[in-house]
Amino acid sequence: MDLNSLTVAGTVAAIRERQVTATALAEDFYRKIAAEDREIHSYLSVSKERAMAAAASVDALAGRGDPLPPLAGVPMAIKDVMVTRGVCTTAGSKILENYIPPYDCTAVARLEAAGAVVLGKTNCDEFAMGSSTENSAYGPVRNPRDKTRVPGGSSGGSAAAVAAGFAVAALGSDTGGSIRQPASFCGVVGLMPTYGRVSRYGLIAFASSLDHIGPLAHSVKDAAILLGIIAGRDPLDSTSADVPVPDYAAEIGKPVRGMRIGVPKEYFPEGMDAEVRTAAEDAIQLLAAKAGCGVVPISLPHTPYAIPTYYLVATAEASSNLARYDGVRYGHRSRESATLSEMYRRSRHEGFGAEVKRRIMLGTYALSAGYYDAYYLKAQKVRTLLTRDFEEAFKQVDAIITPTSPTPAFKLGEKVDDPLSMYLADIFTVTADLVGVPGISIPCGNSREGLPIGMQIMARHFDEPTLFRLGHAYEHAAA
Amino acid sequence: MKVTEKDVLYVADLADLELTPEERTRMARDLNSILEYVDRLNELDTTGVPPMACPELVEGAQVSDRYGVPEKKGTARFEYAMRADALGKSLDHKVALENAPESDGTFFQVPKVIER
Repeated sequence: MDLNSLTVAGTVAAIRERQVTATALAEDFYRKIAAEDREIHSYLSVSKERAMAAAASVDALAGRGDPLPPLAGVPMAIKDVMVTRGVCTTAGSKILENYIPPYDCTAVARLEAAGAVVLGKTNCDEFAMGSSTENSAYGPVRNPRDKTRVPGGSSGGSAAAVAAGFAVAALGSDTGGSIRQPASFCGVVGLMPTYGRVSRYGLIAFASSLDHIGPLAHSVKDAAILLGIIAGRDPLDSTSADVPVPDYAAEIGKPVRGMRIGVPKEYFPEGMDAEVRTAAEDAIQLLAAKAGCGVVPISLPHTPYAIPTYYLVATAEASSNLARYDGVRYGHRSRESATLSEMYRRSRHEGFGAEVKRRIMLGTYALSAGYYDAYYLKAQKVRTLLTRDFEEAFKQVDAIITPTSPTPAFKLGEKVDDPLSMYLADIFTVTADLVGVPGISIPCGNSREGLPIGMQIMARHFDEPTLFRLGHAYEHAAA
Repeated sequence: MKVTEKDVLYVADLADLELTPEERTRMARDLNSILEYVDRLNELDTTGVPPMACPELVEGAQVSDRYGVPEKKGTARFEYAMRADALGKSLDHKVALENAPESDGTFFQVPKVIER
């Protein structure tokens, strides 16, 4: 069995037809991880005991000939920002180095209830803050396609694990592009669902009005199957939407003829990477020529203001969310403090890395007396303008297609000393987070150096079906 | 330079962060470079534009109605977020203390709060 290209549907079929047991498959993946992940560093920890117990119960069902759950035996990786009961969860931070959560993230629990086998927890930028996974306190991840390059971030471990064949699929989180950008850098599919589509209960909070959980996988169909399992209202997350969950997998193969694709000129600026531009333009042309889609030039005029808006809103929320790490109830506590306030400061000083401190500082500054109106409130107003851009666009088109990232994967170390240039790696992805619309990144070619390039499709709120239809139509046309 | 090292100290104090002298210098430099960049938001006239705290909470936001999503404005779509104020199951006391850096088995323990 080729672990590198095994799909969700393929795994379930193989287990149903008794070509392989869930136990043997999980063992194969663990062997591959042990042999090859030392170099890539996509996993922070593996949870063998829990995985083998899940695999055994799938095998017991299969052995009795009982009906199998929809993800029976599918080996999966989980970004280490989602808590797992009894399994260390670090968020890529020293401050949570020994944290053993007492409960499970809803999305992970739903995967396991559907028969998935969670192999382990994947590396990521500390508290999901970064675009290269170089901000992990446990060392960076290398891109399986070129080990001198980053896998993107912050879900770099999840994207690399899928690309390298260390898991059939993975969960990541996306606050400014953290699922889609690494998916594009590693050559896999990455989906950020609509805000509220998937419960965030048990997701370690970074910026609550922007955080999303979503799948990374080998195909659009796999992403659709996985979203169907994790989506839906969860009473434990008051922001999870009470919106019916359609049969996403049934969208695969449905016609897209006559769908109108918007191509925003702001996402194809002069001077951009020519290979990225060509790959995205060719993909759009292919959908027009082979699948019968209409192409409509559009404008999203406030696009140049998305990154500044994002870095004010996200850091303001982060400064508040990360106030909980105080060394009292869990996480790192500094050993040498005489007073409570000294203990708070030292614990946070010792536990947080440079980028996390920078964002807490920027967010605190933007919320502080005298600056709130000029920065935080201003950004919230521009967020409304960005949303109106999309409302106007979706009056004319059914979907918007852009490149996912302005460049293919960059070199390790290339941007670490320049926070602003790192932030600009998210220039095409942050707006969907701010507006709350869903977006998917799909591989659409390679650069001359053999690096993957991804295109992004965005649709209306809760219109993931359009992403799946168009995404699959593209995969089919390009195959 | 908008942000001085003195400002950095003040903000670090608000955020309960200790910074080394080197970190302070670097932080002032980084914050200035980022703030200079975000200043481009002032090119936009936002008079009369309502602030948006969260997707779909903005007045007049349009949501697809093709998949059974009710078209409502303002906060009404989040009515379902309300629940009965009833006593439910909560984390077991012992479990809640398991990750505590210091505990006496009943309470979390911390260093001295009041200095004399």
